[in-house]
Amino acid sequence: MQEASLLELRGIEKRFPGVLALNNVDFTLQSGEIHALMGENGAGKSTLIKILTGVYPMDGGSVTVEGKKVHIASPQDAQNNGISTVYQEITLCPNLTVAENMYIGRDKGLMVKQKDYEKRADEILSQLQIPARARQQLGNCSLAVQQMVAIARAVDMQCKVLILDEPTSSLDDKEVNMLFSLMRDLKARGVGIIFVTHFLEQVYEVCDRITVLRNGELVGEYLVEDLPQVQLVAKMMGKELEELNSLSETEEKKSATGETFYEAEDLSSSAAFPFNYSIKKGEVNGFTGLLGSGRSESVRAIFGADKVNSGTVKVKGKPVKINKPIDAMKNGIGYLAEDRKRDGIISELSVRENIILAMQVMKGFWRPISRSEQEAFADEYIKALNIKTASRETPIGSLSGGNQQKVILARWLLTHPEYLILDEPTRGIDVGTKLEIQKLVLKLAEDGVSVTFISSEVEEMLRTCSRLIVMRDRHIVGELTGSDLNQAQVMKTIAGGEAKNNE
Amino acid sequence: MSKKRSIGQILGPLAIPLIAIGILVIFNLIRDPEFFSIVIKHNNDGNAVLAGNLISIVNGASELAILAMGMTIVTAACGGQDISVGAAAAIAGSMFVKVLKSVQEITGVTVVLAFLAACVIAMIFGAFNGTLVAVFKIQPMIATLILYTCGRSIAYWINGGATPSVESSILNAWGSFIPGIPIPTPVLIVILMAIIFGLLFKFTSLRLFTQSVGINESAAKLNGINATWIKLLSFIILGVCVAVAGTIGVSRLGLINHETLLLDVEMDTILAVAIGGNSLGGGRFRLSGSIIGAYVIQMLTITLYAMKVPSTDVKAYKAIVIVILVVIGSPVVKKKFSKFVGDLRRKRAARSENSEKGAA
Repeated sequence: MQEASLLELRGIEKRFPGVLALNNVDFTLQSGEIHALMGENGAGKSTLIKILTGVYPMDGGSVTVEGKKVHIASPQDAQNNGISTVYQEITLCPNLTVAENMYIGRDKGLMVKQKDYEKRADEILSQLQIPARARQQLGNCSLAVQQMVAIARAVDMQCKVLILDEPTSSLDDKEVNMLFSLMRDLKARGVGIIFVTHFLEQVYEVCDRITVLRNGELVGEYLVEDLPQVQLVAKMMGKELEELNSLSETEEKKSATGETFYEAEDLSSSAAFPFNYSIKKGEVNGFTGLLGSGRSESVRAIFGADKVNSGTVKVKGKPVKINKPIDAMKNGIGYLAEDRKRDGIISELSVRENIILAMQVMKGFWRPISRSEQEAFADEYIKALNIKTASRETPIGSLSGGNQQKVILARWLLTHPEYLILDEPTRGIDVGTKLEIQKLVLKLAEDGVSVTFISSEVEEMLRTCSRLIVMRDRHIVGELTGSDLNQAQVMKTIAGGEAKNNE
Repeated sequence: MSKKRSIGQILGPLAIPLIAIGILVIFNLIRDPEFFSIVIKHNNDGNAVLAGNLISIVNGASELAILAMGMTIVTAACGGQDISVGAAAAIAGSMFVKVLKSVQEITGVTVVLAFLAACVIAMIFGAFNGTLVAVFKIQPMIATLILYTCGRSIAYWINGGATPSVESSILNAWGSFIPGIPIPTPVLIVILMAIIFGLLFKFTSLRLFTQSVGINESAAKLNGINATWIKLLSFIILGVCVAVAGTIGVSRLGLINHETLLLDVEMDTILAVAIGGNSLGGGRFRLSGSIIGAYVIQMLTITLYAMKVPSTDVKAYKAIVIVILVVIGSPVVKKKFSKFVGDLRRKRAARSENSEKGAA
């Protein structure tokens, strides 16, 4: 290579108290390529990106942009060097408008013509076919659209290096494709894109090269065509993965034939239209459908998370009232929420406190669990679920995403639910943990627990569920069981008869 | 991972208030070695009691410390502060005096009844504030602005506009000394309140639930916690603290002056919570920090008076010290400091490594 690479990281090192997060990591990005940065949770991807964007200072190594050594001490420095990032979690301001979000913090002078940038924002939005208007309040847009606005912001900044950290985890297939065509467009214009994702298929769809990290160290850099998917997974996990296949092949999905555990008729909430639904003891089912089809809203109605408007509910044949989460919990129902950060973790509290929270609530305000019992529970589940944490007293917020999710799972398992609703438990977490969670679901079902497992990765649901409830436009449009449980049939049902002209 | 821990880590989040107290003590000892001497005096009732600057600091901070405990819970649960505690204390105090005035003879029973009446009215006003915050989702400072504005007028109405005085040895026992015990009663009440809070934390889930609601209300709700009730409860608990502080204040003077009782105490209370290392944005809290914070503020005031600073200037000097404290405790300075310490340690490690190499 005669020409200098667009971006070169050499010997990057980063320490956190107690951990070496990055150890002598190299990374090279050429202009006009899409480069996947892969690794399990805690491998160091996010840390590397935060160093590159000036969020964390590095403890060693060098960063070179177009042959020039640069020092990135703040996000502003990163921007000035043409490095833009769209983070996994939306980092925009929901109470500002779309246009304000696209131009916030970038004004050169004090006098800014609102009309000008609103016009500009609208142009870009329509160019990128993003269904949002400049003057709309961002918080009113769906998560997917918010994500795309963040990308539009980066695009407008004329970046040379665009970092996409898990941009697709909240997008549906159509939106993912839109994003990919946008990425290819940017690539053709010479932008170097660093793409972080947990969706392996997506890597093979758009990327040119792959860099794999593991435990804070560089495993290697590969051309996409040289590294088949199975090998990529093996490299990420550091072990050969017969397991991965064995799960889908050998595990028998048993269609539950037991008694009905939960039954709802005409159940509706402030967010969900009326629907009928039931689940048997020991059954694993799933809700599927595009983003916004109402799958989360439906399970939230079952748990009483939103205001319940109507419906008769029976648990084990007995009529019950479930209006609030605590009602559901008292009836043996647990709910792992879709948005881990917003609805799951109590970030400043310890792993121990996060684990015992739901159980404590069920025991009641006046009957606190003793400290020694709490510690015993925490230790038991840290071990059982293989939660990687410095100690049980570590704040949950400092754990990696996958381990946070395991803590929340532990929280619900500790309540010994008879029906556990898992809404996107595998979103944004690494392959190994995803697998562990799927196994756990099957094991729970074996023990007679009913489970609803929702995932935007249909394969995951096909692997674990014996029944799929398909939703479209906030209504249940089909139920698939037995031989109908395959990707083609699911897609067909989601799309429905008049799919062609649907928006 | 070094086993050695910095001073900050050992003292934990209480570092700032503890260091502040330490500096104030050293400063006073240099200025006047006799400052902290404690003597035994005989008061008007002929009791042997402890006296001295230290005693007046600890004694004088009592109302502040008690209010700071309640304020800590409200802050943790609601992520905001109650600025009506001074006005509410005036109401509670007025009620206390009203009941005492309406009986023929002040006995132990009537004092307890009067105190309960003060508690009830303070809890009712606490619940009023709490309802505005928890049910109507009004920001705490705005919600409590209402009672802040009108509280002292309500206190005025309770006693028909007068500032009646009450006299009784029992009140003296509540506000100054119990015969035979040389420690001022308000100090004992602070200890009692701290013990009650300790028991509350031990025998209920108050701490866990309050922190959960304060850190992530949405998640807390999805785990079945009744966030509205927890917030309301925090204001009711503060109401009890207000009643205790208000009645102490009344008992000290033997009269209720609705205009001056615990005037401006709300700001000192909030400050005590902040100096104690608690985030005013809610969430994790440390009651001990707030209590120490209250003593820091009081020690500062007494020190200034002891230095013959005119009372009109005291507030300005206080402000200077508080600015310094708050800036030192700010995340920016903390981060810079820990980085500085880290660099220093690394350099030292590198140097010792080099010297070892040199030796080899």
